Amino acid sequence: MAGQYLDFEEPIIELEKKIAELKDISKNNGIDFSREIRRLHKKANRLKKHLLSKLTRWQRTQLARHPARPYAMDYINLMCKDFVELHGDRHFGDCHSIIGGIARLEEWSVFIIGHQKGRELKEKMYRNFGMPQPEGYRKALRLMQLAEKFGKPIITLLDTPGAYPGIGAEERGQAEAIARNLLEMSNLSVPIIAVIIGEGGSGGALALGVGDRVLMLENSVYSVISPEGCAAILWEDCKKVEEAAESLCLTADDLFKLSVIDEIVKEPLGGAHKNIEATASILRRVLRRHLKELLSISSKSLVFQRKRKFRRMGVFSE
Amino acid sequence: MSWFIRSKTPKEKLKVRRINIPEGLWLKCDSCREIIYRSELDRNLKVCPKCNYHHRMNAFERIDLLIDDGTFSDIDSNISSEDPLRFRDVKRYKERLRTYTKKTGLRDAVVCGKGTLNGIKVQMCVMDFGFMGGSMGSVVGEKVTRAIERAVSKRDPLIAVSCSGGARMQEGILSLMQMAKTSSALSELYEAKVPYISVLTDPVTGGVTASFAMLGDIIIAEPGTLIGFAGPRVIEQTIKQKLPEGFQRSEFLLEHGMLDMIIHRKDLKKTISNILNLLI
Repeated sequence: MAGQYLDFEEPIIELEKKIAELKDISKNNGIDFSREIRRLHKKANRLKKHLLSKLTRWQRTQLARHPARPYAMDYINLMCKDFVELHGDRHFGDCHSIIGGIARLEEWSVFIIGHQKGRELKEKMYRNFGMPQPEGYRKALRLMQLAEKFGKPIITLLDTPGAYPGIGAEERGQAEAIARNLLEMSNLSVPIIAVIIGEGGSGGALALGVGDRVLMLENSVYSVISPEGCAAILWEDCKKVEEAAESLCLTADDLFKLSVIDEIVKEPLGGAHKNIEATASILRRVLRRHLKELLSISSKSLVFQRKRKFRRMGVFSE
Repeated sequence: MSWFIRSKTPKEKLKVRRINIPEGLWLKCDSCREIIYRSELDRNLKVCPKCNYHHRMNAFERIDLLIDDGTFSDIDSNISSEDPLRFRDVKRYKERLRTYTKKTGLRDAVVCGKGTLNGIKVQMCVMDFGFMGGSMGSVVGEKVTRAIERAVSKRDPLIAVSCSGGARMQEGILSLMQMAKTSSALSELYEAKVPYISVLTDPVTGGVTASFAMLGDIIIAEPGTLIGFAGPRVIEQTIKQKLPEGFQRSEFLLEHGMLDMIIHRKDLKKTISNILNLLI
């Protein structure tokens, strides 16, 4: 994962390299550089804060897709114990772009389901770049219905460029699979918390996103279409991604202002990939707080409130 | 060379007699490229008499086709978009809205209301592709949701005629949320056990397919309708292959178990009323 960084991260990376060098020298030669190191640390932190506070929406999108950014499985491993992965939609196959199973999170056993991307080329292909087939959504629904059957809360981790646009996917009803999840999720009698951890790519993300709480990591994005797709259609120019990202208002801040999400989950300085463990532990604490709240609500009013939450979405005049 | 040069001046210039034909009397079929007489096409419910291609209908033509004369009342027609993101691409969203309102006479891409279909009281949603490609933003989502809610409370069957390119990009994430909103409302209709018939007309793609359009108790499509989640161009670019003939057309979907039936436009009303009579 080292050596993977984005253009605008460069100054930070350079400082971090310098710090590492100094540490090396002081270790090998016994010269005390601790003051310089502390000074550089401070400088790096200031720089991170400064850079991240004024990221454009397009840069934020790149950060959300950062190759070193933690994926669903990383969070599951770091936040949960005793994870048992479950497979298959019982109709056609098992989609590797969506993973799910039962696990222990704090004092509860929960069903946890998420989009999964891959790191190296081979794994990326295995995970189909995080773009699920209909089987993925049907597996997710099967697991969610199991959760309802056994009265366990559901946590979903959203991170996908979108549902896979392929021949087989269309043949087997990609649209129907997504639509069915939207309908069924709105009706489940157990708590659902959806967290956008990276890329919330359109319907392919929303199909796991109908939650009582919808949370977003600070540097994740959630949008109706990718900036690339939007630029190609509306600008008819693939290079206009920055303008498209600006217009789409897809950052956590934007979505919080539009009341589409309930909370922004802070990431460690520099982004989730700078400290995966810290990110996971922040998220675990946030999930704990929401789970506690939701578990005290009766299932009837839970469903009622969830439906009302989505019923209110949209802006129009009359 | 004198034999080669015309020595005499021409007697008289040939007069081209122009007959005044009013514009738009004839048109070319979008599918078979044959020239068709417009009034013949209109008489034939906009179905090409030569190749049976079902040309697109606007919302009110569709309502005339399905709803008994004089029984339709338009509901929520005053809801209009607010441009919550102040979206601008090469044009402002507000400006686009104005242009399409002028062009279609509609405030947004769906007409909802109630009426009777062969005497059966129904709630209707009819999308109009002419308004920004029938895209679903907050207004479409809200109007469809209200129609679903009316169907639940009045216990009238719901008929939704979809024709849409998908979610409306200009309203960003709010458009996406309309998918959840309409689908969640439909779960109430399911519980109320009121029939919902979804009619798919060319084309239905993206967010509309992936929400209320594919959730009908019974799904009917017109012949040759393009139905899909991703559009064919996107798929072609992704998989870098040519798509098979007839891919994503209604006949293909019927073959794959995604539809109940394909019905010719002239039989659509009869078929729906027959189904409803059997169900209620």
